[in-house]
Amino acid sequence: MTAVSLSDVAFSYGDVPVVDGVSLDVPEGEFLGLVGPNGSGKSTLLTLMLGLQRPTHGEVRLFDRPAHDFSDGERVAYVAQDVTDAARDMPVTVREVVRMGRYPRNLFGRFSADDREAVASALDRVDIADLADRRVGSLSGGQRQRVFVARALAAEADLLALDEPTVALDAESREAFYDLLGELNEQGMTVVLVEHDIGVVTARASRIACLNKRLYFHGDPDDFADSDALAAAYGANQRVLDHDHSHHHGNSHDYPHDHSHGDARDEPEDES
Amino acid sequence: MTGPVALAATDLLAVEFSAAGSLAPLLVADAFAGLFDWFLTAVVGGVFSWLAGVTGLDFLGYPYMQRAYLSVLCIGVVGPLVGSFLVYRDLSMVGDTLAHTAFAGVALALFLEATLGLAVPPLLGALVVAVVAALVVQALIEYTDARSDAALAMVLTGGFALGSVLISLTGGGISVGINQYLFGSLATVSRADVGLLVSMGLVVVGSVAVAYRPLVYVTFDETAARASRLHVRAVNTLLSILTAFVVVSAMRIMGVILVAALLVIPVVTASRLGRSFKQSLLYGVLAGELAGVAGVTVAYLYGLAAGGSIVLVALAGFVAVAAGHRLA
Repeated sequence: MTAVSLSDVAFSYGDVPVVDGVSLDVPEGEFLGLVGPNGSGKSTLLTLMLGLQRPTHGEVRLFDRPAHDFSDGERVAYVAQDVTDAARDMPVTVREVVRMGRYPRNLFGRFSADDREAVASALDRVDIADLADRRVGSLSGGQRQRVFVARALAAEADLLALDEPTVALDAESREAFYDLLGELNEQGMTVVLVEHDIGVVTARASRIACLNKRLYFHGDPDDFADSDALAAAYGANQRVLDHDHSHHHGNSHDYPHDHSHGDARDEPEDES
Repeated sequence: MTGPVALAATDLLAVEFSAAGSLAPLLVADAFAGLFDWFLTAVVGGVFSWLAGVTGLDFLGYPYMQRAYLSVLCIGVVGPLVGSFLVYRDLSMVGDTLAHTAFAGVALALFLEATLGLAVPPLLGALVVAVVAALVVQALIEYTDARSDAALAMVLTGGFALGSVLISLTGGGISVGINQYLFGSLATVSRADVGLLVSMGLVVVGSVAVAYRPLVYVTFDETAARASRLHVRAVNTLLSILTAFVVVSAMRIMGVILVAALLVIPVVTASRLGRSFKQSLLYGVLAGELAGVAGVTVAYLYGLAAGGSIVLVALAGFVAVAAGHRLA
């Protein structure tokens, strides 16, 4: 079964096209890494996939339903890029946030034994059971991201969508966090991850989609490294690279960092 | 003092229901008014008279002070309860905005009475206009590019401007009545006002109790709530309407200009005390109650403005907690 299916999807803010002519399928159980330069529309594409916005053209299907019409909220979990802002100030415990994962299933009734069990095992699964009564705002960045994953686990979601979750994390917690995502994926959860760090994505994801308004590559991570897609996608914004494909093929994992300074939007230091 | 005021309470309800032209609602309204009168006289009066006897504070026995205390006890609950879902979304100014537009509603009601002879209860005018304003603000934020603080500022000043123009249109004839609404007052709190506050309090507490989970999810993470297919727009509409209810019902005591304070200050104070959200809700209500009761007492003892006293006590509480937090 297909978790997400995009056919010829386009989206624009007013007259400005952000996503154009994108068609791709995310089969269930896939770990899709969605990469692209800053302002390439990858965050927008993620919101389109989840049906949070409607495309100006084309069709988005979520678990074989039109995405905007999809109603099984518990099957979909989303960790937005700016979610940690609210988490910092609001007095709310880890347990309270993880319990939110059960809300789509049980919005008004009493929490059942199943609900409580799901929350407890989600806390255990991501190793934050000992933090359950701590305020989310007092946690480190890595711990906080685990809270959001636990919320998705408590929901027993089938699709986990994350938008640059490790931007504010140090290298070690970033590795640990991606290990966790990899494990969850192996156990059957479909993961769609927007990430600017191409090295980390190609190591973990089962498929890569490289976007810069339109789709430049969609396929195997190994093929991605050997393709011209990265240079082409990034080159569309950063003409600097156009003349020198051969040199960059060898270390294509690194260079998007060097050329992303022009646009502050996705830079780690601006997210903190 | 109690006689005419008691009449006003039943009158207000009678006016609303007689419009329907049926006798049955009138009887129900009478029954409720009677029940409330009994509650106010026997229960509240009894408790306060006992307190007056125990503490030796005579003013606890005065009916108008009892109404004032009962009112701030209600405001102290509903203010922080609703405010907790606003403050953490950077919507602290929503209460203030709706209060200022409610002022336009009061002015409109008085204007209609002065010019066309239409007897519209001012608080009804305030409620209708505030609810409409709440929906306008939500639409502005949702459908235009206006940032939410700019949208709020526009509606806030627009509402107040409309109110002031309506007042000037009647040649100043209604500006006497307006002052009570602008700055609030203890002495003029009628049984009808208290009745309104108590019923609003029940509606607000009941709504928050039922809709607690969607409210808390949307407050914490609106996009994830949307992804999980919660009806975020309905939750936001409910919150706007509850805010309008709170502001309008508390307006007579706190005044238009200060009424929003109890939606914000106790919540901010409690955010440093509570660990979980539920705990901080409880602390917020406690801080609101404390500020209300102490504020009314201080205002009575020293002949000060009630709304202002309550807000200053609330702020003092915040400063004390913040200082204690720093020292600890």
